[in-house]
Amino acid sequence: MKFWIVFWLTWHMVLGAQAAQAPELAEDPMLERRLLGISDELRCLVCQNESLAGSRADLALDLRREIRSLIRSGKSDTEILAFMVERYGDFVRYRPPFTPVTWLLWLGPFVLLVGGAGVLVHLARSSPSSTDPPVLDGAQRARVRALLDDTESAP
Amino acid sequence: MNRGGLLPLVLFGVLVAFLAVGLTRNPREVPSPLIGKHAPLFVAPVLHAPSTSLSAQDMRGKVWLLNVWASWCVACQQEHPLLMEFAKRKRLPLVGLDYKDKREEALLWLTRHGNPYDVVVVDSDGRIGIDFGVYGVPETFLIDADGRVRFKHIGPLTPEVLRDRLLPLIKVLQP
Repeated sequence: MKFWIVFWLTWHMVLGAQAAQAPELAEDPMLERRLLGISDELRCLVCQNESLAGSRADLALDLRREIRSLIRSGKSDTEILAFMVERYGDFVRYRPPFTPVTWLLWLGPFVLLVGGAGVLVHLARSSPSSTDPPVLDGAQRARVRALLDDTESAP
Repeated sequence: MNRGGLLPLVLFGVLVAFLAVGLTRNPREVPSPLIGKHAPLFVAPVLHAPSTSLSAQDMRGKVWLLNVWASWCVACQQEHPLLMEFAKRKRLPLVGLDYKDKREEALLWLTRHGNPYDVVVVDSDGRIGIDFGVYGVPETFLIDADGRVRFKHIGPLTPEVLRDRLLPLIKVLQP
């Protein structure tokens, strides 16, 4: 019986959680799809590591509403993105644009990787003798043996 | 000393320099693309006389400050005494943009804390804020006689910002 009570409560919780999404989706699936596509490419400026699509911040709601009205007025995706960049700057693009200013951002890690690999190769090449064990003559071998015997017998 | 061993130290020094500079900057601050461009042409109802409105055009020929605030904004209370001080000096027109607020609450807030603004206009749905690139209240814009945005400050105004950035710029624009 307890199981069914819990089940019933959970069922209603799930329904309740989805009810908040329903009004937005009911409007126009095509529009919502475009909105999702565009807002995926934009950053939420309040929680700056989130895209505009998923953010629940007040400003995000406002901006999504604004994008909807821009879509309805016939603006293209490019025009809407430009609209946002005009007002908020390049940072509003979730993926930084590939311009001379951001070349270092995009290519930097790869440059460092190649550079680091190059340094490794250079170091490995310039000290080949480190891999060969040193060759000992008879006297040195006797000394080694004596030292080893010494340490082995120590408490 | 091995000459090659100096290189990693130099590279480390370069990284430290970058870090030192980076630490002095605020990563959350989004620079405004509006600097140097014409401020958005808005028309907004006046808070104290909703049947009338103020437009950006009305302010042409004047250098003025636009302060975006709201009664629900806690940080706005921080800069409020400074704004009251500034308003007393009557240096520049100070226009308040009441952002996403309720009229009664805004009026109450001004009565309670004092009204530093020459005029307050209402942006109830935040549409004007979007045009100005507002993403966190309070924000303050300095607009010149040509209607161009010359300076934007995000967050509460501080005496340092006023003294070191805003006032010198005002002196240049309006000697």
